[in-house]
Amino acid sequence: MAQDLEQNGTAPQKRRVLVEVKNIVKHFPVRGGVLQRTQGWVKAVDDVSFFIYEGESFGLVGESGCGKTTIGRTILRLIPATSGSVTFDGKNIFDVTANELKKLRRDIQIIFQDPYSSLDPRMPIGESIAEGLRIHTDKSAAERYDIVVEMLTRVGMRADHARRYPHEFSGGQRQRIGIARALALRPKFIVCDEPVSALDVSIQAQVLNILRELQKDFGLTYLFIAHNLSVVEHFSDRVGVMYLGKMVEMASRDDLYRDPLHPYTQALMSAIPIPDPTLKRQRVILEGDVPSPLNPPTGCRFHTRCPLAFDKCSQEEPPFKDYGEEHYAACWLLETGEKGASKLTRENLPDEVRLVEV
Amino acid sequence: MSDTAVSTTSIRGFWRSFRRSRMGLIGLFMFLVVVLMAVFAPAIAPYDPKEVVRVTIDDIYAAPSAEHWLGTDDAGRDVLSNFIYGSRVSLIVGFFASFISIFIGSFVGIVAGFYGGRAENILMRFTDIMLVIPDLPLAVVIVALTKPSLWNIIFVIGALGWTGSARLVRSQTLAVKQRKFVLRARSIGAGNMHIIRYHILPMVLPLIVVNTVLVISLAILNESTLSFLGLSDPTALSWGQMLNFAFTRGAMSARAWWALVMPGLGIVWAVLACTLLGQGLEQVLNPRLETHHLAVGVQMVDRGAEVQA
Repeated sequence: MAQDLEQNGTAPQKRRVLVEVKNIVKHFPVRGGVLQRTQGWVKAVDDVSFFIYEGESFGLVGESGCGKTTIGRTILRLIPATSGSVTFDGKNIFDVTANELKKLRRDIQIIFQDPYSSLDPRMPIGESIAEGLRIHTDKSAAERYDIVVEMLTRVGMRADHARRYPHEFSGGQRQRIGIARALALRPKFIVCDEPVSALDVSIQAQVLNILRELQKDFGLTYLFIAHNLSVVEHFSDRVGVMYLGKMVEMASRDDLYRDPLHPYTQALMSAIPIPDPTLKRQRVILEGDVPSPLNPPTGCRFHTRCPLAFDKCSQEEPPFKDYGEEHYAACWLLETGEKGASKLTRENLPDEVRLVEV
Repeated sequence: MSDTAVSTTSIRGFWRSFRRSRMGLIGLFMFLVVVLMAVFAPAIAPYDPKEVVRVTIDDIYAAPSAEHWLGTDDAGRDVLSNFIYGSRVSLIVGFFASFISIFIGSFVGIVAGFYGGRAENILMRFTDIMLVIPDLPLAVVIVALTKPSLWNIIFVIGALGWTGSARLVRSQTLAVKQRKFVLRARSIGAGNMHIIRYHILPMVLPLIVVNTVLVISLAILNESTLSFLGLSDPTALSWGQMLNFAFTRGAMSARAWWALVMPGLGIVWAVLACTLLGQGLEQVLNPRLETHHLAVGVQMVDRGAEVQA
């Protein structure tokens, strides 16, 4: 019945939030000198909030060093957060006992970017896949082996692969082993930390399709960290865009790709290659490099490179607000200007900004 | 999952790489000779060194003859038999002392490397202090203060020789700890003990094996030195002790070169054997000298051959 209602749209059921990240901050100390004193802080993640609905893939994009991976690791409590909270399934995971944390680790798994270094070279891959079972369950070796075989088959590999060593596999196979391993404990939530960045394009699709299929079959929720916008578009339901430790925009995939609000997101979008040589469009070339997270710009962190920045941008930080239909963004132009003021169009841009026809 | 299949293939692969090291093969051969000599001493030696013999003046430092192939020593005993039996003490001390050293060294190295922080600071500073103190004078003092029994010697040599292994194991542990698979193990809820047992130890073990063999040669040398200085158990006949007796009881002036040369050769032989063997093993096992990509190639070629056959 509930399904009917939802489909008719008469009573849109609010979807359940599985993971909620609130005001998370991670600063790494920079030590130096003879005494190894802390000389400064790298503000890798600075006050980032977002949430992930149950059963969806949430894409997290941004340039290298913007803090995507740090967020993933903080959610897993692999590195302690400086402040903030992460709620998983109603529990604050920064605030659980060691025992509860161990239980939570069953439900939250991670797939790493580099399938080469994330497998122990001296452990047969069957052992690697069964490792979580060994830690969390008291299943016998035979039961574990059955699960290993089942997982291997799920990712399109053979049972006899179980006793082989990682170096005997190709990159794509290793990443599939990584997926099988994450899956063995039947988790609810998987952090995919750039799972296909290290792979050949032809293999990327294969791995993404396996992830997609497993999501359907096991009802998984993904946090999908990537820097490839096309991959994220293909894979995610909702997308968050990060710049220099800050979340600048978050929306459903369709909204974000059709109507990006933040100037940074727009510049990113204009850089996506389109497989059509006849199509002409304008590309905004951002000037300069990403500033150092050691000493980030004041106000809006993007103001040093934003072609539309005005004096307020360098003074005050823009709020991260919902501008309709859960389309969040952080930009003063959205807050103060009229509609469309944040768009990087010829009319809005000052004359000296280069717009490149490509 | 049959573990035996896996281990035999890796042992076969290991042997294949080891075979390429000529030095390692020579070392292995020399090492086996000493071990066999020690094990079968009663069968090989023409005389029992403990046997009480009536000695005349002609028997002292008698030159090599058909009766005594390598002559006799200051007490009229057969040098060849002494030499053969002496290998036993050298090897016993070498093995046990190096096991003690390696055990302490690996423990200190893994704990310091894995846990880091204050534990690492304290352990490594202690290691530095031990490293700076000259081994021999300290060993002489300790042995002189305690009863010079065989086990005391083993203990002293073992307790002084672990510093190098500790540093080596620590550095390797530090390197392994940074690898992604350790992070991944932590993310699925593995505790420290699990990570050390299943991830750190297997990666550090090859280094420990190599180091053990190298430390054996050091221990043999140290034992000989202590014995030569007269600090050994007087009833435990070893090469160092033979040198000590020959040196202090006039072998030089009697021109009885056989009493000096044989134990000296024995020491050099055993130390060289361990060093060569250790270097051979190192070439195969030390991750810093890794030739894994070659080994993988060989294995793949082999598998291809199997598939075709």
